[in-house]
Amino acid sequence: MKLLGILLLLAGWVIVLTAITLLPSAIASAAFVWAGFAVEVLGLVLVIRAHLLSLGGLR
Amino acid sequence: MSASGGGPEFSAATSVLCLLFIALVPLAVAGLALMNTGLGRLRSASHSMMSSLCVFSVAVLVYFVWGQSLQGFAGEPARVAMIAGKDWSWLGRGSLFLRHLPLAGSPASLAALLGMVSVGIVALIPLGSGADRWKLFAACLSTVLLGGIAFPIFAHWAWGGGWLSQLGANCSMGQGFVDAGGSGAIAVVGGISALSIAWILGPRQGKFTLDGLPAAIPGHNAIFVLFGCILALAGWWGLNSAGSLLYAGVPLGRIVLVILNTTLAAAAAAITAAVITSVRFGRPDASLTANGWTGGLVASSAGCAFVAPLAAVAIGIIAGILVALSVEWIELHLSIDDPGGAVSAFTLAGIWGLLSVAIFARVPATAAGAADMAPAHPGQWLAQIVGIATLIGFVFPLVYGSNWLLNRFVSQRVAPEGERQGLDLYELGAGAYPETVTHGDEFSRGG
Repeated sequence: MKLLGILLLLAGWVIVLTAITLLPSAIASAAFVWAGFAVEVLGLVLVIRAHLLSLGGLR
Repeated sequence: MSASGGGPEFSAATSVLCLLFIALVPLAVAGLALMNTGLGRLRSASHSMMSSLCVFSVAVLVYFVWGQSLQGFAGEPARVAMIAGKDWSWLGRGSLFLRHLPLAGSPASLAALLGMVSVGIVALIPLGSGADRWKLFAACLSTVLLGGIAFPIFAHWAWGGGWLSQLGANCSMGQGFVDAGGSGAIAVVGGISALSIAWILGPRQGKFTLDGLPAAIPGHNAIFVLFGCILALAGWWGLNSAGSLLYAGVPLGRIVLVILNTTLAAAAAAITAAVITSVRFGRPDASLTANGWTGGLVASSAGCAFVAPLAAVAIGIIAGILVALSVEWIELHLSIDDPGGAVSAFTLAGIWGLLSVAIFARVPATAAGAADMAPAHPGQWLAQIVGIATLIGFVFPLVYGSNWLLNRFVSQRVAPEGERQGLDLYELGAGAYPETVTHGDEFSRGG
């Protein structure tokens, strides 16, 4: 799950990069930047969940 | 605010003053070292100061050998990619050992000097979260990765004329990503590393009970912590002033505003944290107030040259609230053992500082300059969000991944015996206070 979270973080950043470099429309670009940011937040939540689960396993 | 393009031109007076500001920055290093040591345990105090000195030295050397060549400076040669008809600078193209720089007081050489002390601050931040359990040798190796890869890459993007600073020119996002004093490039990069280290090392023995409740392990010296705050203020004056001159291209006259804003934000954040802890615990908490102070300094950095003094107070108050509440929340709900509070005071406060630029910054509306200030372009929000997304989506995986990989080859955590004995005796062979009895695990409940 942690690896998936890290991959989602990277995927979100790639969406952000793609939006600013390839989308000519300001509105579309802004929408995809926010979408990429949302994917990153999802990735961060997964990484945190994985950390908590691993701590629970250790206990 | 400067965006992409050539670097600033300095008069002789500006160069001398910039040099003096840079000379103040090591005080921030000293302040952070004292804070980290004071917030750690007595039996690891000498180890903490030794680690601070060593990681600072490693970071400076790595930056000298290749870090600066990756960071570069606006107007200097860089690796550029052309995408959809626009040039995007993605990495510096200097030589190893600073050979490409004429070290004669040019803005590029001053930026290299500032970068060298800045990377030292970045390197010290994770020491707070890894206190009492991070091997000295592992901390130095981790610093090589942080100071030699993560910091210079992001610093190029934000400060060295890289693609984040080009967002204004290339995508009409206000002035591009703005981070004059390093809320992102220094604090968040260091804070992200602190979070990674705290996760990889795991909590200290006895920090969490079997049912997951945290035990209090108080810092051993509040005097160190609070004196460190005062030293850090002087260091941050230098950091924010030199950064504003070199990376944001503000005129020398605006440095008074920079120093005023830095001080006001720190003061407001500290008082807010003291009030919050007074209300919650019945009396002010010294370590959380110190964390609040640090959070205020960190949050002030990004927009220090572009916000009004009243806005700096607001930035400080919000940073104080954020830090005072999040330190406990992170420990209780995320089970992260961060003795120095680095994740809150640097990562969260740094992100808040970056966002505050979009909310509070006022930029010259016309060529008349500072006399005619207007609110920042709405696109500034997007530029700051892209910068934050880069820190979370690129820098965090890079730093976490590289430290995870390092941990596979060199175990970063000290052996249980070393943790019980204290890192002073275990790794250095002598304690910081030889005439003082070192206590056992009197705070431990589950270990």
